[in-house]
Amino acid sequence: MADITFNDIIKPENLTYKKSRLMTDNVMHYCPGCGHSTAHRVLAEVIEEEDLQSRTVGITPVGCSVLMYNYIDVDFQEAAHGRAPALATAVKRLMPDKFVFTYQGDGDLAAIGTAETIHTCNRGENILILFINNGIYGMTGGQMAPTTLEGMKSSTSPYGRDIATMGSPVKMADIVAMLPGTCFVTRHSVNTAGGVRKLKRAIKKAVQYQNEKRGTCFIEVVSNCPSGWKMTPVESNKWMEENMFPFYPLGDIKVPAE
Amino acid sequence: MAKIKGAVVIDTERCKGCEVCVVTCPTDTLALAVEVNAKGYHYCYAANPETCIGCANCAVVCPDGVITVYKIKVG
Repeated sequence: MADITFNDIIKPENLTYKKSRLMTDNVMHYCPGCGHSTAHRVLAEVIEEEDLQSRTVGITPVGCSVLMYNYIDVDFQEAAHGRAPALATAVKRLMPDKFVFTYQGDGDLAAIGTAETIHTCNRGENILILFINNGIYGMTGGQMAPTTLEGMKSSTSPYGRDIATMGSPVKMADIVAMLPGTCFVTRHSVNTAGGVRKLKRAIKKAVQYQNEKRGTCFIEVVSNCPSGWKMTPVESNKWMEENMFPFYPLGDIKVPAE
Repeated sequence: MAKIKGAVVIDTERCKGCEVCVVTCPTDTLALAVEVNAKGYHYCYAANPETCIGCANCAVVCPDGVITVYKIKVG
């Protein structure tokens, strides 16, 4: 065994995993350990493997992922805050052969864009909505979002979210799963290697359903926000497993009949 | 039985030192360096390269995609 050196292994034919070539060389502006970066990478891998680069249009939201178009080498349009599903509807209707996805955070999708989200899903537009749920407004400084858990502290709920005055957290995936237009609703996470691989399979399924014109696909990614939660990335992943997952259970919520 | 030997190549200048790969590694191959890179992060490196099995778990969870994994069958 000792005769195998490092240089013997580092050869193109032994390559097991490499970052997708669709990811640009720009260094991502996300905080260390942020789930956004992982979700971007997985999405780029699927677009590369399904050979969709030339016919993909992404809609970027307002929020941390507003600069997403700098990182994935496909066509993008920037939507007004919360209006990504409305813009995606227009793009998909004008160019039905394109693969159209929106990438939205919880402030964008569940607060400002609730109307657009619900009506797009209700109409069953053939788009993919990728929803990153980290329970907080990350970009603006950690304010309370509709998805903030009960008792969770944020800069606008310093004593923890009080259900009596601030209402309960919104489970967007469960809400849109009740609408007839959605065909595939699922919830995943990107904190473990298994979770990332499951998310990749889910996005591949969503691509297939969009090609078959089955309706809206909605994939929620329960993510962390180390800076907003004031934790290290590893602590935030642990906190997410202990607190977010019981309220936002992972798994498929709605799957189409084969 | 064929044994699998892996190797990781890490772009240390892009690493943000989030440590997610270190806790994911099943064989404790990776660790954070005491030194920092140009951005001031304690970058990750292969502390025990001989234990790597090339499972690619570290590269799959790495938010910034700085890890490239190779593996080879031995014997």
